[in-house]
Amino acid sequence: MYAFEFERPKTVEDAVAALKSDEAQALGGGQTLIPTLKSRLAAPAKLVSLQGIDTMKFVKAEGGVLSVGGGTPHAVVAAEAAKSYPGLAALAGNIGDPSVRNKGTVGGSLANNDPSACYPSAALASGATIVTDHREIAADDFFDGLFTTALEEGEIITEVRFPIPEAANYQKFEQPASRFALVGVFVAKFSDGVRVAVTGASGDGVFRWTEAEEALSKSFTPEALKELTVDDSDMIEDLHGSAAYRAHLVKVMTGRAVAAAG
Amino acid sequence: MPKVSMNVNGKAVSGEVEGRTLLVEFLRETLGLTGTHVGCDTSQCGACTVHIGGKSIKSCSTFALDCEGAEVTTIEGMANADGSLSTMQQAFQDHHGLQCGFCTPGMVMAATALLKENPKPSEAEVRHYLQGNICRCTGYHNIVKAILAASGQDVSAIAAE
Repeated sequence: MYAFEFERPKTVEDAVAALKSDEAQALGGGQTLIPTLKSRLAAPAKLVSLQGIDTMKFVKAEGGVLSVGGGTPHAVVAAEAAKSYPGLAALAGNIGDPSVRNKGTVGGSLANNDPSACYPSAALASGATIVTDHREIAADDFFDGLFTTALEEGEIITEVRFPIPEAANYQKFEQPASRFALVGVFVAKFSDGVRVAVTGASGDGVFRWTEAEEALSKSFTPEALKELTVDDSDMIEDLHGSAAYRAHLVKVMTGRAVAAAG
Repeated sequence: MPKVSMNVNGKAVSGEVEGRTLLVEFLRETLGLTGTHVGCDTSQCGACTVHIGGKSIKSCSTFALDCEGAEVTTIEGMANADGSLSTMQQAFQDHHGLQCGFCTPGMVMAATALLKENPKPSEAEVRHYLQGNICRCTGYHNIVKAILAASGQDVSAIAAE
């Protein structure tokens, strides 16, 4: 790891100010960024840790919306959202391992937008709103391809608002060494339609499978997917699975998520 | 260099660190608490597991400066006040829950955190919880047995291997 300056502000305002300096980078729970720094794939001049900002750690359900502070660890979401949004709580409770879940944060996961991370699928399928230090961004406008988001330089995710669906489920086909999703599908059924978001599969990161959304909006059953096929031309192909295999898994995991969501 | 202060195993400690100093480096090199091990250094193996505020975390993937004011517990803080082994440590000894012993500090810390959250876990729950703790000797069978025994459950029906 190259050397860097370290700041640990207590407020969002101070963090935003600290991030204005050259080559400064925000640090969430660090469960991705610290390994990245160790392998020298990132070399910021300054790290601004968001872990000391208590106002960014909360979970509250109000008026059909689950709001989660950007600095809330996965384990806290898993425990505190279990009643209000069980599909999301189950996703949070199966990220990485228990120690990782005590550190990793929802804001960090979304800002990083790893193509195989779990949280982006929940945000996209729920139609979440990503709240930053100075604006609100709809999930549909937020994810912008591999490790890329609509966030500007130095912008911090302070809160994520998930509309709570009538039924939802996340199915992750786990890559057992990394515990990331080889393919993960989040299905959310709202009164006005179904949203399906897929992670782990596409080289462009999380995406909505619109054909499945249309079919499931008419009939929320695994059988509704029967005639659909998934194009494998943009799928990730690596030693863990071919593009065709991932495309196949997208359909299988979507079916399982629908069956589990009931 | 910046200074960091925290409470480790009930004792107030402080030291000068770099921004990039990891908690595990501070524990081992500054405080000399070498019971916490570094296995993979990539947050996969869990040998570096310690508790912050009673919750397990990987000290190889936490910066020392982010632990300002934290309550840290390491394997050195697990024994009882009179020096006797904690229930979990004793169970590891009784059930031979270690082979080479390298992963053991992390296993004990993870297992202790598990029983705090879930005092009577099933065998499947124990195995699931240990996802982030790797034993290179593959000695999981007796580790799981030790943890079930430490939770007060009867393990006589589980075969010794």
